[in-house]
Amino acid sequence: MTTPSATALAVPRRPWTKGRIATHAFLAVMTTIWLVPLLYAVLASLRDYQYTARFGYLSLGGFTFDNYVTAWQVGEFAQKFLNSAIITIPAVALTLFLASMVAFVLARFTWKFNIVMLGAFTAGNLLPPQALLIPVFKMFQSVEVPFWFSESGTLLNSYWGLIAVNTGFQVGFCTFVLSNYMKALPKEIYESAMVDGASIWQQYWKLTLPLCRPSLAALATLEITWIYNEFFWATVLLQNGKMFPITSSLTNLSGAFFTDNNLVAAGAVMIALPTIIIYFALQKHFVSGLTLGATKG
Amino acid sequence: MTTATKAPVTGRHRKARMSTRDRVTVALMVLIPTAVVATLVWFPAIASVVMSFFDWDGFGPFSEAKFVGTRWYTEAATIYPAFWPAIQHNVIWLLVLFFIATPIGLLIAVLLDREASHTKFYQTSLYLPVVLSMALIGFIWQLMFSRDQGLFNAILGTTIDWYGDPKINLWSALIATSWRHVGYVMLLYLAGLKGVDLALKEAARIDGASEVQTFFHVVFPVMFPINVVVLVITFIDSLRAFDLVWVINRGRNGLELLATEVTRNIVGEAQRIGLGSALATIMLVISTVFIIIYLRIVMKEDR
Repeated sequence: MTTPSATALAVPRRPWTKGRIATHAFLAVMTTIWLVPLLYAVLASLRDYQYTARFGYLSLGGFTFDNYVTAWQVGEFAQKFLNSAIITIPAVALTLFLASMVAFVLARFTWKFNIVMLGAFTAGNLLPPQALLIPVFKMFQSVEVPFWFSESGTLLNSYWGLIAVNTGFQVGFCTFVLSNYMKALPKEIYESAMVDGASIWQQYWKLTLPLCRPSLAALATLEITWIYNEFFWATVLLQNGKMFPITSSLTNLSGAFFTDNNLVAAGAVMIALPTIIIYFALQKHFVSGLTLGATKG
Repeated sequence: MTTATKAPVTGRHRKARMSTRDRVTVALMVLIPTAVVATLVWFPAIASVVMSFFDWDGFGPFSEAKFVGTRWYTEAATIYPAFWPAIQHNVIWLLVLFFIATPIGLLIAVLLDREASHTKFYQTSLYLPVVLSMALIGFIWQLMFSRDQGLFNAILGTTIDWYGDPKINLWSALIATSWRHVGYVMLLYLAGLKGVDLALKEAARIDGASEVQTFFHVVFPVMFPINVVVLVITFIDSLRAFDLVWVINRGRNGLELLATEVTRNIVGEAQRIGLGSALATIMLVISTVFIIIYLRIVMKEDR
């Protein structure tokens, strides 16, 4: 308490006034209401269907782990999680790579078209994907690719098409965030790099990218979550249910799960788990990434 | 080598001094990503608009398609049965997010910001739904809303079909979507509130303004950029709402939305490219207005 840093940091003890108690009470109630659906999903997933069908959901008992085993097998979750990885990992890597290149050039050089380019990239991310569906669908249907490339023979119904469309949609947001970050880097670093004879590519790859690690980490966290959660493009561009990523598999499963909500709950918990783990493990990155993009100005 | 680098490196000369290899590098670094975005985002956007004025069966070459003027727009507004319900549902969606979910998110953010300490748990829990996909949220709320196995009916002792009854399923979907929207708005405003200069609040307090007055007359106006961002996000999210209603019942029976109708006209039983493109164009026009507002705010510094 006597050290200067401690006194500077010490928050004055505020009394528990009526207003503060009311605030905490309100927040506690809201939080509880917000957690009910999630906690209830976990609870339902742990219960035997026969038991809840007989005694109702307000009863207690009939706890089991079987729903998880059954949902994993019936839903072919191992395959679906693998599909999600096949789509998400390349899409995120490609998005960050393409976005960081444009952002680098936009931040490094001052051109007339900078603002137009940045605007065009950022706007693309905000367009409703459904409004682009018909041309994308027809375009992918008409692009014929060799069978070793895609079993369907076209970009429709192939992972390549889905990775491409996810990348195309996310590049805008990442370009916007990264170019803001890169503009804040001191210009002098490039001058000394040029004195050393570094090429543009070396300046980008060896100088700028390592300095952008914090924002790249934040964006990677966000993009993994977003593309993993992506539902629309996967559902409409992949017609073969076996190829569906885990997020889109739920619709196909709801038929099989029709009468058993406990099984649906187990499936939902398993699908939610990766994003929730990412959120808790990388909360700082997650929040900073989101606010980086949205609150500048 | 040393002689060449002796000249002071100034910003003005930087471009002129670039080697051919560097020029090619820069060009490729811009052109490749631009080509990707142009092919997958901007070309389809323009194509949607063009196709909405043509009668194309989707199989022959597009050059043989017949120009039909505004026929698809007229048909959408007069014959297509899901058009007006979809518009109405999108508007209700927007109104609920705007007048209910967004203010709740703002209120929570203000309270969290004011309390400052011991709020980590509230913050984390309220934000949790935002990391889940809308499709998954549809299934999580099914556990609440299901007619035979849902928690709501078990507690209320009713047999309401929350997701199925066309009179109420839109409201059920709105509860589920608000569950997520509140957390998102809360996070954005928390960041915005942290950016408000404490001296401003202090000055207002010294002038004798109450806390509520300070908020509405000082803090809220100062957050203008974030207000616009939240407004735009609310509008655009209402316009592109899709996943949730698609997992509930593929957007039928009281859950029609513009996004589901566009989708239905291309992946449904019958392909109606012209009509679907007309609906898509309507979405594009509305979103463009908000995108322009958004860009003007977030890119203010760059202008």
